[in-house]
Amino acid sequence: MTALTHLDRLEAEAIQVFREVAACFSNPVMLYSVGKDSSVLLHLAQKAFFPALPPFPLLHVDTTWKFQAMYAFRDQRAREVGAELLVHINQEGLAAGINPFTSGSSIHTDVMKTQGLKQALDKYGFDAAIGGARRDEEKSRAKERIFSFRSAQHRWDPRNQRPELWNLYNTRIAKGESIRAFPISNWTELDIWQYIHRERIPIVPLYFAAERPVVERNGQLFLLDDGRFPLHPGEKAMLRKVRFRTLGCYPLTAAIESEADTLPAIIRETFTATSSERQGRMIDHDQSGSMEKKKQEGYF
Amino acid sequence: MAGLADNATDAEVEAYLAEQDRLDTLRFITCGSVDDGKSTLIGRLLYDSKLIFDDQLAALEKDSRRHGTVSDGMDFALLVDGLQAEREQGITIDVAYRFFATPKRRFIVADTPGHEHYTRNMATGASTADLAVILIDARKGVLAQTRRHSFIVSLMGIRQVVLAVNKMDLVGWDQGVFDTILAEYRGFATGIGLDKVTAIPVCALKGENLFERGSSMSWYDGPTLIEVLENAPVDRAQADGPFRMPVQWVNRPNPDFRGFAGTVAGGRVAPGDRLVVLPSGRTVTVKRLVAFSGDRASVQAGEAATIMLEEEVDIARGDMLSAPDQPAEVSDQVQADIIWMGEEPLLPERQYRIQLGTQSAYAAVTDLRYSINVNTMEHMAAKSLQLNEVGVCNLSLDRAVAFDAYTGNRATGSFILIDRYTNQTLGAGMVRFGLRRATNLTWQALTVDKAARAAQKGQKPAVLWFTGLSGAGKSTIADLVEKRLISLGKHTYLLDGDNIRHGLNRDLGFTDADRVENIRRVAEVAKLMADAGLIVLTSFISPFRAERDMARALMAEGEFLEIHVDAPFDACAARDPKGLYAKAKAGLIRNFTGLDSPYEAPEAPELRLDTTSLSPEQAAQGAIELLQAKGLIQ
Repeated sequence: MTALTHLDRLEAEAIQVFREVAACFSNPVMLYSVGKDSSVLLHLAQKAFFPALPPFPLLHVDTTWKFQAMYAFRDQRAREVGAELLVHINQEGLAAGINPFTSGSSIHTDVMKTQGLKQALDKYGFDAAIGGARRDEEKSRAKERIFSFRSAQHRWDPRNQRPELWNLYNTRIAKGESIRAFPISNWTELDIWQYIHRERIPIVPLYFAAERPVVERNGQLFLLDDGRFPLHPGEKAMLRKVRFRTLGCYPLTAAIESEADTLPAIIRETFTATSSERQGRMIDHDQSGSMEKKKQEGYF
Repeated sequence: MAGLADNATDAEVEAYLAEQDRLDTLRFITCGSVDDGKSTLIGRLLYDSKLIFDDQLAALEKDSRRHGTVSDGMDFALLVDGLQAEREQGITIDVAYRFFATPKRRFIVADTPGHEHYTRNMATGASTADLAVILIDARKGVLAQTRRHSFIVSLMGIRQVVLAVNKMDLVGWDQGVFDTILAEYRGFATGIGLDKVTAIPVCALKGENLFERGSSMSWYDGPTLIEVLENAPVDRAQADGPFRMPVQWVNRPNPDFRGFAGTVAGGRVAPGDRLVVLPSGRTVTVKRLVAFSGDRASVQAGEAATIMLEEEVDIARGDMLSAPDQPAEVSDQVQADIIWMGEEPLLPERQYRIQLGTQSAYAAVTDLRYSINVNTMEHMAAKSLQLNEVGVCNLSLDRAVAFDAYTGNRATGSFILIDRYTNQTLGAGMVRFGLRRATNLTWQALTVDKAARAAQKGQKPAVLWFTGLSGAGKSTIADLVEKRLISLGKHTYLLDGDNIRHGLNRDLGFTDADRVENIRRVAEVAKLMADAGLIVLTSFISPFRAERDMARALMAEGEFLEIHVDAPFDACAARDPKGLYAKAKAGLIRNFTGLDSPYEAPEAPELRLDTTSLSPEQAAQGAIELLQAKGLIQ
């Protein structure tokens, strides 16, 4: 028998985490944000529990500003997999008229994503939430545990984390406290794409280049995904062949012009690119060290 | 990214991916203090492996001009972790994981801090590593810190070590300096079982002997760092060893399917193989290896598996499937090395939760044989283990578990200890061997039992456990209760703190460790007396919740009555019947409960007696009524 490859080891580690969550928690949930990392996570969950279905629901914290293609893909995948899909929208935020244009990306993200997530976790009383965060994404993530403890207020205390040795996970919590579990902590961007390729995992079509209606603003291209994108004077819609390297709220996620309409082409473009993945994602630029701060407050 | 051209065709990308799919992983740990150039080394590895994007590089150049400690060029240390900010936030102490790749292999680096206070973080990083890179500053040579890092590396079971002698530029690229350091290190390393040491002279800042050989040290003809990392064998012993799989999850989607899911911890298995289920000892046969993409012909160590068996057997999470000819050990007592990670010290006889593989139980250290000085490797007598200390202990578990020696299998020979109350991870353990006492000692089956003895006395046994501060009134009340019981014709015994300390426990003092042992012995004596059919009264401060709970767990259900004799510290100090508070406040007594030693009040006692409002007679009446209410006396 041949030695285990890099992806084999990562896959086994992730499956162990999934099973540990299922075995040790009474009410777990998997966060599903529809992007490529979520696609990998869902695939791993299927593998971990086959022939059973994953013994937990999927939760999508919806800001109501995702790309239309993401909603379609989300509903289709949940149906195909046979998983229960919970969608939570922060109704207070919605009623207060929070949106990415006038509220700004920072407030929009905090209210609709971070607060929305906390609301959903409280509403359903989940004691463990599985997420797709990776350690290579950002500096503060590099130090986070695979089983990461959250107080009853959903706070992360980076200075007081439980030591995590071998593949032994401390899953003990008191009532009201919870664990966020990150099965793909040790995966890199390349691992994700390589695994999608190896396992033929479906991803949202927006990752592939196609002619799409866009508008240029501040030197970046935004998709006119629905009628809610207000054009400034002088701005006009145009058709460009674009794709997305990362998916979030469509008014906050810039497109790149690209000819990459196959998986190999995307992989070539991604790994010969000269700027890092999160550059297209605007929430990281709001303030330095912003991710660590968001995470302490309960952001995934 | 190395190896992928920006004009590659889809076919070329496919070929590249096919090649990438064959790569394996080396996990390694780097140790050394900030001054030894560890961050520079890691930053340089990331840079040289071309994992740094242009926007990150631009940021690095900017940062280097602003914060850099390097006069010309880039400060690679800044790539790793903006150390300044981290230190301000107090999280430099923590292990971080970083990733890079070469065309030959993927790497996961556990980047751990070097300071003695962070031994636990280094152990955490080492626990999953195949290899360790130990940095030495050429100007300083082998330091106490080098020895400590090497010892932890050895303790955690890493056998491959790269000794990177850094800053060779600052010693004039001198071979003599390198040879002297290497000779000294080897002499010490072989003594602790590190016999596979590769020493490399490097200059992390200039990248010499990391990826590139450079021209400054033509006298060195050994491998570069990356050559060693690319060619180091990833531990295959686990796959070649006997089969082990701790059952993690029982997969039962419908009544017709039952699969036992887990991660294979040793060896391999195929349909038709015979296995033994531990600890039950039942023999079973593998029917199918079920997987998402179709049944597997075999699975090996490191892989996730779902095993279907021919037989219908009751197997649950925590059981271990094991090769029948070389089964794992089963015992409820083990000897182990423990690295203590709790802020509160490890106390012998205190019960902790133990997680060993997928098995969960309670365990107590019955014998702390010695602690090991991590700087000198000396063995020292110890009564407790403090944060970051290492000790060799005998542990007793509340049930038998299956395990291997850590040196034989890291996955089935390791465990963590968890606080029963705070759920903090307190310690990491590595099993040395099982203690056979568990299997040799069988209980004498006795014909006269507890019920018979109690019936002879016409009563039900009970333990009234009085707890509270010194001077709260425990002994006075217990004495009155005993008199009342005697007058009711009951057979009793009063165990009193002072009396016991003059005899059975006269070898014990008042440190936390001794207090735990004191209460353990009292609890065991109380249990024997209850077994004799007596109504036992104990009067001890018994300040720790954990030991009172331990005492409760020893007794039969409903037999243990915790009575909190409650008076505030100031009231007790004012009473001061034995003059102890005055002495303690004058500094004549140390470890005095309520003053410089804690009292953990009961959270849910069977009875709470407030002696600032009740007379001793009223309080005693309360205890009698409790016994009546519980049906223990009429």
